[in-house]
Amino acid sequence: MFEATELNDRNRRAERLWRWLFGMMTGLLIVPVVLILGVLIVKGGPALSIDFLFTEPTDGMRAGGVFPALIGTIWLVAVALLVSVPIGVAAAVYLSEYAPDNWLTRLINLCIINLAGVPSIVHALFGVGAFVLFFKFGISILAASCTLAVLTLPVVIVATRESLQAVPQAFREACWNMGATRWQTIRRVVLPNSISGILTGVILEVSRTTGETAPIMFTGAVFLLPFLPQSVFDPTMAMSLHLFVVSTQVPGVPDELPYGVALVLIGMVLCMNALSIAFRVYLRGKKKW
Amino acid sequence: MANEVTPTVEHAIETSKLNLWYGTFQALFDVDLAIKNGIVTSMIGPSGCGKSTFLRSVNRIVERLGYVRTTGRIDVHGHDIFGEDVELVQVRKQVGMVFQRPNPLPLSIRDNVLFGARTHRLETKSTRDEIVQSALEQVLLWDSVKDRLGARATTLSLEEQQKLCIARLLPVKPRVLLMDEPCSALDPKGTEAVEELIWELRGQYTILIVTHNMAQARRASDECVFMLMGKVIEHTRTEEMFVAPAHRETADYIEGRYG
Repeated sequence: MFEATELNDRNRRAERLWRWLFGMMTGLLIVPVVLILGVLIVKGGPALSIDFLFTEPTDGMRAGGVFPALIGTIWLVAVALLVSVPIGVAAAVYLSEYAPDNWLTRLINLCIINLAGVPSIVHALFGVGAFVLFFKFGISILAASCTLAVLTLPVVIVATRESLQAVPQAFREACWNMGATRWQTIRRVVLPNSISGILTGVILEVSRTTGETAPIMFTGAVFLLPFLPQSVFDPTMAMSLHLFVVSTQVPGVPDELPYGVALVLIGMVLCMNALSIAFRVYLRGKKKW
Repeated sequence: MANEVTPTVEHAIETSKLNLWYGTFQALFDVDLAIKNGIVTSMIGPSGCGKSTFLRSVNRIVERLGYVRTTGRIDVHGHDIFGEDVELVQVRKQVGMVFQRPNPLPLSIRDNVLFGARTHRLETKSTRDEIVQSALEQVLLWDSVKDRLGARATTLSLEEQQKLCIARLLPVKPRVLLMDEPCSALDPKGTEAVEELIWELRGQYTILIVTHNMAQARRASDECVFMLMGKVIEHTRTEEMFVAPAHRETADYIEGRYG
């Protein structure tokens, strides 16, 4: 009485087929990741050394290391964070905790989504107009970081807003019913419970900012600088632009050099991502509900 | 009314011609109720009859929904809560609310109890322990949690969580406790324990409790209000309502002909 009918067999075959198909697509997705990393490691590995990280490029960028670019990228990312995180988190708190649900709020949300969709080259041109020329920052870290900040603000806002909204409404109601103001509620209950999500969003922003090229190439990053930036008003080298330059703009660069630069760049991004994941796991372990 | 001594009033809550609209939908119609001070009053009625809305009006939390419009008057201990100089924070301090689902904050047991006191700056380092102990003792929770005050409130059983939610209202010395179906998420044993607690708190606080459970209203209240379609149909002593209801609708509801 428990034998398979013809229908059962057909269903089982279909089941196998679909499962295989979905599995294949997932496998396909891993291919580029493996290929990119593999090629970079094989071709760029030989270029890599401690000296490569900590010396300046020499011989018209055909030899030497990436030190000024590495430091420049850290500068750019750090200043971009200092600009975008306070603004982004504050805006997200307003949108999530204070803003009434009306047409204005919806319009602002629409703007944020659209801001996220603006191509980065357009951000670059905006950066030139606004920060380099209008605010007279010149070609500088400050101008480039402000441009990066504008570019990544939507990421920060959306990530922050989502983690704020993941805090159950019942907690807020409990606080309000005890006479707590919105700010008391935010400070003592909402923020402590969403901080892990906010930080994760911030780290993701960092890793995205690290690789951006177009927004910085007109606003603050330069091909070659023999010295390290001394303040935010100096121009700087950057890893992403350096990669572009050594791969396309300089003749006679040894083969492994661009791959080495790319490997360092991707290493920086992967380190950020790993940090973000570790952080998330750590804070999820402390999750309170 | 925070620090002044109010002489004992007869009615803790008095409403007159209270109407309330959610947008265009009218949820309360000319509600005139006088809830006596220091006793337990239950509110019964079918779903959507306005009892929870009434409850949420008394501490004005209903206004959080932007599209609510209210007319009429609500006095708590003789003070108009819609008055011009009324501070909402004070209303909510004096009128505490307990919800259907226990909603302890994601903090330790101790911090939950102290939350209200901290909000209103009523605690100092030296009084902290005393506040926690006294509140937890009042809700009959002290003995079972005194050794783990630093534990997360969410690790407690539902019954203990609900008791904690009541306990955290007490340090700010509210006059009225509003309870919106406080037992409906609990098992029978938890229900019994919370009912026992409500009876324990009777006299110190005026308690207004919305319930779907007729037996609970009968067991655990002095007076009973029956509402239907946003109107108060009957408000009498509980035993009277259940033994000899004055209105046809009340009798039908109590006997379970609709609900």
